[in-house]
Amino acid sequence: MALTIASREVDGVTVLDLSGRITLGEGSVQLRDAVRDLIGKGQKHILLNLEQVNYIDSSGLGELVSAYTTARNQEATLKLLKLTKKVHDLLQLTKLYTVFDIYDDEAKAIGSYR
Amino acid sequence: MDSVSEVEAAADRLAEEAGLDEDERFHVAMAVREAAVNAVLHGNQYDPAKQIAVSMENTGTALVFTVADQGKGLNPDTLPDPLAPENLLRGSGRGIFLIRSFMDEVHFRQLHPGTELTLVKRLASAGEQT
Repeated sequence: MALTIASREVDGVTVLDLSGRITLGEGSVQLRDAVRDLIGKGQKHILLNLEQVNYIDSSGLGELVSAYTTARNQEATLKLLKLTKKVHDLLQLTKLYTVFDIYDDEAKAIGSYR
Repeated sequence: MDSVSEVEAAADRLAEEAGLDEDERFHVAMAVREAAVNAVLHGNQYDPAKQIAVSMENTGTALVFTVADQGKGLNPDTLPDPLAPENLLRGSGRGIFLIRSFMDEVHFRQLHPGTELTLVKRLASAGEQT
């Protein structure tokens, strides 16, 4: 299943609800475009909800990292919400768990931007 | 990338038929997918004139996959460590690491031209019988 992205605003934070796979050719470009679009519009607080992302490959991991660094370079903050077990395990294996700010609870994630 | 998805699906079927649990199937299918992506992207560099060759077999004691490209060749010893602090924020370079993490054996063979990866996942039930 290709990646779908829905955007919503919660207390000044743009939450991107991702659903599907983030892989080379299936979701990585959509994710890149969505994050760059937000940053281009001046959005500083971005939260990626990965609850419905059941598959991510090395290209998708790379895209998450690129989104994180792109945001940081523009003085924006990108955090992750609700990892599935597979994505959680991959982030641990690749040590990216130490890079991202990750939350299981949306309210806490939103509050962390204040 | 359609061919990569077909390879991934075939690897998943072979792993399922071999009785691997869901996590192991995920690992095997992802490793084979990563190998195929590497072959198309880094090996053949998206050149439509070049092909990848994939084989997969259940030997009874292991699942054995080979993925070959027609590119310039790959020296696995020169790949940067994606876990090194200076590489953590790189946007690429994790594919071979994931393959090595998920499979029991990974072998590289230089072709002329190209590179062949052999991925081996030993079957636990076979090991228990010995």
